[in-house]
Amino acid sequence: MTDGTTRDGDHARDDSARADAPAARRARTVDVLVIGAGPAGLTAAAELAAADCGTVEVLEREQHTGGIPRHCAHGGFGTPWTSGPRYATGLLRAAERAGAVVRTSVTATDLDATRTVDVTGPDGLERITARAVVLATGARERPRSARLVPGTRPAGIWTTGELQQAVHLYGQHIGSRAVVVGAEPVGYTALDTLRRAGVTVVAQVTEAPAAQVPPLRAADSRLRHGVPLLTHTTVTEILGRGRLTGIRVRHDDGRTTQLPCDTLVFTGDFVPEPELARAAGIPLDRATRGPRVDTEFRTAAPGIFAAGNVLRGAEPATTAAAEGRAAAAAVRRRLAHEGDGTHDLSTRGPALTVTAPLRWITPGRLAEDVRPADGPPFLVRTAEPRPAGAFLVVTQDGRTLHRERVRGPLRTGTSVPLPSHWTRLVDHAGGTVQVAWEGRGVG
Amino acid sequence: MTATPATREGHGTVTRNGPLPGAFSGPDAASGPDAVSAPDAASGSDGTYDIAVIGAGVVGTAIARELARHRLRIALVDAAPDVGDGTSKANTAILHTGFDATPGTLEARLVREGHRRLTAYAAECGIPVETVGALLVAWDQEQLAALPALAAKAEANGYDAAHLLDADALYAREPHLGPGALGALAVPDESIICPFTTPLAYATQAVRAGVDLHLNAPVSAISSAPGAEQGRHTLHTARGPLHARWLVNAAGLHADTVDRMLGRSTFTVTPRRGQLVVFDKPARAFVRHILLPVPTALGKGVLVAPTVFGNVLLGPTAEDLDDKTATTSTAQGLAALRAQGARILPELLDEEVTAVYAGLRAATEEDDYRIDTWPEQRYVTVGGIRSTGLTASLALAAHVTGLLAEAGLDLGAPRALPAVRMPNLGERFPRPYQDAACIAEDPAYGQIVCHCERVTRGEIRDALDSTVPPAALEGLRRRTRARGGRCQGFHCGPTLRDLLERELAGRSGELKESRPW
Repeated sequence: MTDGTTRDGDHARDDSARADAPAARRARTVDVLVIGAGPAGLTAAAELAAADCGTVEVLEREQHTGGIPRHCAHGGFGTPWTSGPRYATGLLRAAERAGAVVRTSVTATDLDATRTVDVTGPDGLERITARAVVLATGARERPRSARLVPGTRPAGIWTTGELQQAVHLYGQHIGSRAVVVGAEPVGYTALDTLRRAGVTVVAQVTEAPAAQVPPLRAADSRLRHGVPLLTHTTVTEILGRGRLTGIRVRHDDGRTTQLPCDTLVFTGDFVPEPELARAAGIPLDRATRGPRVDTEFRTAAPGIFAAGNVLRGAEPATTAAAEGRAAAAAVRRRLAHEGDGTHDLSTRGPALTVTAPLRWITPGRLAEDVRPADGPPFLVRTAEPRPAGAFLVVTQDGRTLHRERVRGPLRTGTSVPLPSHWTRLVDHAGGTVQVAWEGRGVG
Repeated sequence: MTATPATREGHGTVTRNGPLPGAFSGPDAASGPDAVSAPDAASGSDGTYDIAVIGAGVVGTAIARELARHRLRIALVDAAPDVGDGTSKANTAILHTGFDATPGTLEARLVREGHRRLTAYAAECGIPVETVGALLVAWDQEQLAALPALAAKAEANGYDAAHLLDADALYAREPHLGPGALGALAVPDESIICPFTTPLAYATQAVRAGVDLHLNAPVSAISSAPGAEQGRHTLHTARGPLHARWLVNAAGLHADTVDRMLGRSTFTVTPRRGQLVVFDKPARAFVRHILLPVPTALGKGVLVAPTVFGNVLLGPTAEDLDDKTATTSTAQGLAALRAQGARILPELLDEEVTAVYAGLRAATEEDDYRIDTWPEQRYVTVGGIRSTGLTASLALAAHVTGLLAEAGLDLGAPRALPAVRMPNLGERFPRPYQDAACIAEDPAYGQIVCHCERVTRGEIRDALDSTVPPAALEGLRRRTRARGGRCQGFHCGPTLRDLLERELAGRSGELKESRPW
């Protein structure tokens, strides 16, 4: 700092966005730069390196690769099933074996629409320009502040991600009496983590009318572990100074009560981490809050792709990995057509939208030039739970393209896959493709 | 005693637990706890300070720093575990020009003078300041009609750069402003400042100049021996007694309580709660100035302001309360703020909220500062420092030091304070993660730990090693920004906790070689 003050209220903020002298940065080029070494990023890198796409480099800002699975001690990852950390290690090995360069403790701090990435690491500053960039920056849970939960600001308030790291990576002391907010799968994971840390769970509360997991899982928690689930219940106030002492909750019917606890875990409500996409001016999808992509996983910026949880929040690791694989195939098509512009069509196909109670569909646009038939299914998420036995109906300009029975109930924390074979019926010159939910007995 | 870092020549100490030096001066001195080192030389052979400042907020730290220019044995005492832990940490972080103060008041003079002093001090010490300017936006005819009088008031306060803008000029400056604004008064010199670095800079400089900072020491009673010459006050604290010949009461919200401990009851503090919402960094692109409400008979609205950390602030509410600990946010307060924010800057509400907090302003029944001197008691009280304490702090400190001298405190010749350079937390100034030379010298500055706020391992280490080190994650956040961003610790929380706990364990001697750097 030379002065200590600036005086430029009338100037745009962009002035200083790249204030550092370029000479201070080592300029390099690579063929493919993947940002984020979670399931999507590492899988994309493995595929691309194996396909001989030139230099493939992965940047991970954490000290260890693997993304969220690295601190999920529970099983259920990959095929065959294994634990999160083992799955994460497998992803890293596969990427490195294929020839990708995977770097940790290096942070992409800025991205522009011409695929130039500013990087900070212990070895200094770099400016890496790539022929293709894959954004695989993942998601986070909304913390208490973003959920606007009123009250004091004591210690003892967590998200599941922070809790898992504290318990599984650091063995830190958590507390003695906990309340878990949320009854989606991740909420049950938090219960397991707390149990493992020796914390008594006083209650699990959710605004939803019922647990958002299969009945067996919910019953196991309630009966075998004795954790009461308070449905239709909102946290209305956080209590305690210094350390959390309790919370006030309100039932939809107006009853209120106070739950004494020293630990409170907010679970679920995942939001993407799209800051680099925003830095590059890439438009976001209003519903998912992630970068808008088409079925080729292309963002609006030519050569910049996005895959995995950055698109819409957390999905199972295998889903993110499948998207990474599909994005890698799209990157290869792009590299093959580089320069002729024929693969830069991410804003040209028909958009996909959903109607209530559905919340979003991803990808949100059909690729005009490439059929998505071989890619992973679309993912559809509901805003409110709905019973089993209903249909997802795809229409365009009043014409029904596809109608599919949804096997289980719609749950708020879990997406429903929607296969893509019907996309061959879409009129690419037509209007928006709509995906709607139809209850039992309708049609 | 957890005096950290090890006392250097001329340095004061920072203590957070163990008996205060006063415990050694009474009849029990010989049987004082063995585990604790002898009283510091700084507090004199009889354990009596020349002066004690009660309250280590932005005002108390500023006063201690100003007094430290003189050869005095000074104690700075606070109930909280950290400096700036009360009202000073939860305000709107604005460096005011004083354009709208009531002309002729002490507040008007000290705010004006404080603005000048703090602007210079910030540049010298590296406290981030951005002179973004303020716009008082009129949303109805009544507010529009009030603007010329406000401009005249600014002139009466000696500030002549304020000028009126019509609606077109206003929207040209603030294109994202909600529809319906009729005009504005521009106040180009209103600035935003880092509210955390400011009291830390004062405290750091004070301690380096010899002031002893005693934290976690709430004062429950004060007994005073009579006699102007030899007399001394004894502060009875949760950490034992502390003796001082002179007292300054800068206890903020609790200034009236401390006043009563000394037999005075000149004012009553009515806490006025202000709830605030902080929006994530992308919101910064929507606003260029501090957008102030126009005060009218119908009350004061809320402001929207950029922060030096690159966020946007919405608030505060203004709720008069009885409870001096009611720093709780409420559903009604947050709903009201969001409704007002939606009108001022509609796009703001689409952005993620990174923090919600509530602060209490130390309002009194009077519309001015309450600064009183009681020479026979060797006591100065600094009360009613409402929302302008940050801006006025350096001027207040000079004013109070002058009052102490008039009342008979022998200051002696002043000396230069040791220079301080604070770590930059401002988004508009170079930070270590962007500094190639800095990283080349020490790779820890290239390793980002807190990703949302881009805080490096080197900065965390520096904060833990600093003159006034943090005692908890909240204190670490105020010194580095770590864990203050959109994820609130989802990514970095456990790593930061690990670094802090290793440091605290190291300080208490449990884990000498525990630090990973």
